[in-house]
Amino acid sequence: MAVIDAILVQVAQMALVVALAPLLTGLVRKVKARIARRRGASIFQPYRDLRRLLGKEVVLAENASWLFRTAPYLIFALTWAAAGLVPTFSTNLAFSGAGDLIAIVAILGAARFLLALAGMDIGTSFGGLGASREVMIASLAEPAMLMIIVALALMAQSSQLSTIAIFMASPAVGLRVSVALVLIAFAIVALAENARIPVDNPATHLELTMVHEAMVLEYSGRHLAMIELAASLKLLLMISAIAAIFFPIGLAASGAGSAAYGIGFVSYLLKLLVSAALLGTFEMSIAKMRVFRVPNLLGGALMLGLLGTLLLFISRGL
Amino acid sequence: MIAVVLLCLAAFLVIGVFGAVLARSPLGTPFVYGASAVVSAIAAIVGLMALARAPSTLTLPLALPWIGAHFRLDTLAGFFVFVVNLGGFGASLYGIGYGRHEKAPWRVLPFYPVFLLALNLVVVAADAFTFLFAWELMSLTSWALVVADHHGADNRRAGYVYLLMAALSGMTLLLAFGLLAGAGGSYSFAAMRAVPPSTGLAAVVLVLTLIGAGSKAGLIPLHAWLPLAHPAAPSHVSALMSGVMTKVAVYAFIRIVFYLLGVPSWWSAVLVLALGGSTAVLGVLYALMQHDLKRLLAYHTVENIGIIFIGLGLAMAFRVDGAAVGAALALTAALFHVFNHALFKSLLFYGAGAVQTATGARDMEHLGGLIRRMRFTSFAFLIGCAAISALPPLNGFVSEWLTFQAILLRPNLPQWAFKVMFPVDGALLSLAAALAAACFVKAFGITFLGRPRSPAATEAREVDGFSLATMAGFATLCLLAGIFPGVVIDGLVPVTQALLGAHLPSQIGLPWISIIPVAAARSSYSGLVLFAFIAATTSLTVVAIHRFASHAIRRGPAWDCGFPDPSPATQYTAASFAQPIRRVYGATAFLAREVVHMPPPGDMGPARIEKSSRDLVWDFAYAPVVRAINVSATALNRLQFLTIRRYLGLVFLALVGLLLTLVLWQ
Repeated sequence: MAVIDAILVQVAQMALVVALAPLLTGLVRKVKARIARRRGASIFQPYRDLRRLLGKEVVLAENASWLFRTAPYLIFALTWAAAGLVPTFSTNLAFSGAGDLIAIVAILGAARFLLALAGMDIGTSFGGLGASREVMIASLAEPAMLMIIVALALMAQSSQLSTIAIFMASPAVGLRVSVALVLIAFAIVALAENARIPVDNPATHLELTMVHEAMVLEYSGRHLAMIELAASLKLLLMISAIAAIFFPIGLAASGAGSAAYGIGFVSYLLKLLVSAALLGTFEMSIAKMRVFRVPNLLGGALMLGLLGTLLLFISRGL
Repeated sequence: MIAVVLLCLAAFLVIGVFGAVLARSPLGTPFVYGASAVVSAIAAIVGLMALARAPSTLTLPLALPWIGAHFRLDTLAGFFVFVVNLGGFGASLYGIGYGRHEKAPWRVLPFYPVFLLALNLVVVAADAFTFLFAWELMSLTSWALVVADHHGADNRRAGYVYLLMAALSGMTLLLAFGLLAGAGGSYSFAAMRAVPPSTGLAAVVLVLTLIGAGSKAGLIPLHAWLPLAHPAAPSHVSALMSGVMTKVAVYAFIRIVFYLLGVPSWWSAVLVLALGGSTAVLGVLYALMQHDLKRLLAYHTVENIGIIFIGLGLAMAFRVDGAAVGAALALTAALFHVFNHALFKSLLFYGAGAVQTATGARDMEHLGGLIRRMRFTSFAFLIGCAAISALPPLNGFVSEWLTFQAILLRPNLPQWAFKVMFPVDGALLSLAAALAAACFVKAFGITFLGRPRSPAATEAREVDGFSLATMAGFATLCLLAGIFPGVVIDGLVPVTQALLGAHLPSQIGLPWISIIPVAAARSSYSGLVLFAFIAATTSLTVVAIHRFASHAIRRGPAWDCGFPDPSPATQYTAASFAQPIRRVYGATAFLAREVVHMPPPGDMGPARIEKSSRDLVWDFAYAPVVRAINVSATALNRLQFLTIRRYLGLVFLALVGLLLTLVLWQ
């Protein structure tokens, strides 16, 4: 019974993340538009965009190889699989034992690897530029992410995301300086991983500062739809991970009744709403950085993670 | 069991003799490589079987008359015999096809089987004399293969530097064994193990081993020969040197430090951890700066050796504090990475060899677009790239994940040095992994993707069936080891049990075929579930898209923001791809500088960019030694041109000096 329960939750979560991902992107855009005193498009506009892209024909560069055509599906599927491992409304996931936080980060790394390769396939200078900068930013973000994992694993005695979430929800945690430091570091890494301002600007085209958009420049039609959906999904994944680790309020544990799942679902929606508002506000209140200032930002995240880890050695209470 | 291995070694010797005889006939190449493949396959199976059996020993009345030659096949040796011969099998099979393009096969064929013999002999040797003999034989035969193509000045220099470093390595190991034997006076490993050296002596032996085995493995700062020598050899020999010979050096380190020396001191663990971490990061940074495909791969070997030594250092650290399970986990991770690296580095060198056969070029700046001309090679190379970049669900991820688990297991060891070193090494390891991904996006992207940068790349043809079959086999093994890591971990159980007295829990029986190194609540990973999960989401996506989305497709010129440039020279090159990383990390690692000289306003002259970078390891570790040797040689040179009276005087003075010392000593 418990197994069936977990599988049902897993399936529900897989459907939920795909269904909600464009909504989150729409929400962030709406918040940004409102702050800029614009009315902005409807929060459902990303769904319409996806439908439009899916209905259009694909314009493929003459020399595109099989890698270019298969990459969008794999990128989306990898991101989706990673999103399936992050607790959203319940920690009772059937497959959560298949990979810990390190594995989730590595799956996202695999998606990025493919995206960077796809960017280089056509042989345009924009694609190479995007790929080269993307891997540079990733090489800075991943050590920072690992320091975060080390600090979390030191506290929770586990690198399993569900276990960390359960531990963080328990009263054993209390208020710790390390948690705050790790939260800031995680937020910075999430911004970089999702190509948000100040690291990259998801709204630009034809700008020499673009990274993610430069890689996907040659994509169109259903391929572009897959990549856009994967990007939305990755944003949702990062926000879910932050919510599950640092604000595990309302997460339904295993064996909880359907009421607990309802509470988990509502609180998850609320968390998404709040984080979309926060992300939009943050993006509107800061300017994009030059590419070569990004190392300072991510180096800061690394140092915060290291500081959080070392504080844990000095004191049990910090 | 050991007798079978020794028979295989004798067979290699016979093949070598035949290789010398048949070298100039067209039969030579298929015979030598085919026979080597068969013998390697047999030896690999024997190695695998030895994992499940008690150690078998054999003493032959060879070598020095009063010592004899001792051989022993225990579980550790069995594992390495398996790895060596797996690589040997692949290289031989690949060589059947690749060797046809060899211009001077008589420079390769006699030495190749003897090289395989020497690699095996190091692993099964059980006394210092046999070990050092095999070690030197390994160095000499590989040197002969490195200078097989001796027409290029670069190759000759590579051979020269390699010979010097090999001499250093042999000399330090000789001293290390001398010190170990000193206490018991016996050269056999069993006797050395029975009488462990004192703490001070053990420290000296450890440092000597680090120099001797580390220089062969490519630990920074002793790596200088490696990226010169490995690419100079024919590609299948490069694969053997990078994938297998460095592993034999790792074996030597494990044999001496874990088997002969006993529990290490805490600072030696810190030393190994620091060397491992810096080797991993610097190795991949060097690799990123290369535009020669084979040299990039060789530098990347340095990185992977760093990862293996991080695992070994963690195992030593756990051993210092008597945490046997942690030590077993870390050693398992290191040995798993040994196995993995032998697989994917061989695969990548085979791919590089195929590219070289197809285009005649190793320089990535002259390649590009090969994915459209060499479909199978490019796919196998892509698998290798993903595996070495530690991407799930392939095998490279599993061993690095296990290393991370060892780091996360107990950073609460009492020593402060470990508390700091563990997280720092974790950060260095993940930095190395991320940079490795960057490096292989570059290697694959510039070589196989984009538009061809030279006529040779435009007209590339897919390579022969033997090469393709070998690459396909190794790519499959990479995937299988990633999906069923429990099999490999269970295979390593007897090795860690014999060395450390502890092992990881059995993994094969676990539900979902997952691996749980310590406890399920702590961490678990299931390559199979992940693979099935990703396969399911992929097929679901593909089905949904093909069901609901438009099928229309139109081929057109590339968009490129509306201004496509027909010249392939406008693509990103290997150098421009690495430029951001060079700027971020290179400024400190290589003192990389870029200066742009702009013409004054109004002047129509071109702007110039000047780039400079220095190899700090060469500048600070090698150049002073070279200078010191030159200076002292010049100073001593005067002694060569003395008169006979002065020579006699010198002899007399030396005699008096020695006698005086003797008197004063007593």
